[in-house]
Amino acid sequence: MKTEGKKNIWAEYQKEIADDHYFYARSCIRQSFFPGSEAVFIKIIREVLGLDIHDEARQTTCTGIGYHSDVIPVETTMTVIARQLSLMGETGYKNLVPSCITSFGLYSEIFNTWHHFPETLEKTREHLRKATGREFEVPENIAHPSDIIFKFRHKIRSKAKHLLVNSKTGKPLRIVEHIGCHYAKMFPHKGVGGAEYPYVLAGMIEAWGGEVVDYPERRHCCGFGFRHYIVMANRGYSIANTKKKFESMEPYEPDAIVCNCPGCPMFLDRWQYAISEMEGKVYSRDGNGIPILTYEEMAGLVLGYDPWVIGLQMHQINSEPLLNKMGICYNPDEKYKGANGENLGTPEKPSVLNCEVCM
Amino acid sequence: MHVTKNIAIIGAGIAGMDAAIHLSELGHKVTLLEKEHKTGGNLANWDRLFPSLTPATEILDPLQHKLSDRNIDLKLRAEIESIKKERNVFLLRTKNYGEFSADAVLVTTGFKLFNAEKKEEFGYGIYDNVITSADLEELFKKHEPVVTASDKQPKRIGMIHCVGSRDEKSGNTYCSKVCCITGVKQAIELKQELPATEIFCFYIDLRMYGPKFEELYREAQEKWGVQFIRGRVSEASENMDGSIQIKAEDTLAGRPIKMNLDLMVLLSGMVPSEGTKEIMAITGMERASNNFVKPLDEHMNKNLTATEGLFVAGACTSPMSATDAISDARSAVAMIHQYLMNSPVNI
Repeated sequence: MKTEGKKNIWAEYQKEIADDHYFYARSCIRQSFFPGSEAVFIKIIREVLGLDIHDEARQTTCTGIGYHSDVIPVETTMTVIARQLSLMGETGYKNLVPSCITSFGLYSEIFNTWHHFPETLEKTREHLRKATGREFEVPENIAHPSDIIFKFRHKIRSKAKHLLVNSKTGKPLRIVEHIGCHYAKMFPHKGVGGAEYPYVLAGMIEAWGGEVVDYPERRHCCGFGFRHYIVMANRGYSIANTKKKFESMEPYEPDAIVCNCPGCPMFLDRWQYAISEMEGKVYSRDGNGIPILTYEEMAGLVLGYDPWVIGLQMHQINSEPLLNKMGICYNPDEKYKGANGENLGTPEKPSVLNCEVCM
Repeated sequence: MHVTKNIAIIGAGIAGMDAAIHLSELGHKVTLLEKEHKTGGNLANWDRLFPSLTPATEILDPLQHKLSDRNIDLKLRAEIESIKKERNVFLLRTKNYGEFSADAVLVTTGFKLFNAEKKEEFGYGIYDNVITSADLEELFKKHEPVVTASDKQPKRIGMIHCVGSRDEKSGNTYCSKVCCITGVKQAIELKQELPATEIFCFYIDLRMYGPKFEELYREAQEKWGVQFIRGRVSEASENMDGSIQIKAEDTLAGRPIKMNLDLMVLLSGMVPSEGTKEIMAITGMERASNNFVKPLDEHMNKNLTATEGLFVAGACTSPMSATDAISDARSAVAMIHQYLMNSPVNI
């Protein structure tokens, strides 16, 4: 594979990412799936990069899950999004940062629709006015949080406590990157590096010393696919898609998988457990499974945040083999303790996944 | 009484060369300008021609030989800066040959192949075992063996039709006409060289428009066992061993396909050459919706432009085969001669 060819494509897909003053639009599901991710992103923006980000308490869903499951009409979606933008305008921000990839895709889709069909923008203004009495403006800039981390990846590297390097062998860790379907597949120019060879996560991995693993099913869906999972009868299809990815990446023996989207780490994480219970199959030599990270968690580890503070105990697949490779010190006894020191309870041991490697 | 006229021809591919020779035979003085260091255009890079498998040199060599025979002033590496028409005379200013005048100008600046890197999903320029039809033709021309990047004989080769043609995503909605038959020709040539290799052609539909094209397509299937799958390839990825995993749909069988190929050949379509684009900008010739030069009309005045005395021929006006480019050049010769003899040409 010729990396030079990828670089030529990356050069064509550069996007403008605002420098500062971000309006953060939260994800509906991330705070229950991987609750530390959004918190650590805000910490990095404020404490590490010294930038301004607004976390608005009155915000709502963007309707993305309902929209992509065909239960919410697009006019409703536009009006809900318009309300979010109204809150943004009210607080004086112009740079929108939706935490969720589906939100990012949906905002991009709606802005594109408004651009090409201005009558829909006017209709949305009318709907929002009637429903709430509010007005709104289209943001000056939209960037996904991963775009921002990518933009400041070298600054993060300069403050790194750990690198994506095996601390014993000195070799780069081999990381699979999964950007999520709604990041660039709909609008390749909205994503860093485009849709076919996206660079947003690959750029972070490279900057922090890791090696990007490209494998045949890299572009394939994680298995979430909304209706594939949300409709219970389709869940076999969901796990079959995830299995296809694991089978494809297994020979490359990745040390971890880093994800861009709220749904992807959930499915790549939980379905590893489900596949192991159903078929006795584990996709890593040590029997632990392949650790999954969100990009904020990856940045957090590089910057030296405590793994349990950034929420790695919420992962089905234990992160300890990765932490050990990176030479990160952690206290196993703290893993299942809450912020106030209260014991949150230890999960039941899976019957196939090898948890001994974590000890 | 015959009066010798000066004609400038821009582009010394087959259309330009053939027109130069015939205009010269009609007694005109021809200046043939070529921006490259040699004549022959795209055909100079091609090994054999469809459907006859005639070596390209059998077409090019006589043309090049006749060029030196005639009263033709060939100027290589010519860079045209401007073309202006004053009264009935064209003034051409070049960077390296100074200024000269012509009574008529024929543009034969041709095409170039679509840059297959733009179809990012196929990985040309990234995956080691993805090549274009032009790369394959070069191997044939140099008599080099067709092997994979790891120097192994490929067991399975896939040929992808319509790369950069009939494709809104790449901005080219038109058909490049010649890629279907090029794919058939190259598939047969591959089978001749590698009889045990499986060849799969993935196509939208096969446009066998020319004489003996359909027969060659049948021969590819019946004699050589080339397999044709009606369906587009959606993406290609590189496997650990360097082979290419493709995903496609067999629209006749109504099922998706996932297949590994040792070598994937992209049949690149045709787009206007840089020279064609430059001459359009210099002369103000109108651009058609397919980005090629728009002739005065597509039926009766295919070689005329909106400027009297400025003619076009060959693949600068639309994708066409070498045979069609030669026919088109001869049609332009008739139009130019008529024009120079003060006969009305616009019918």
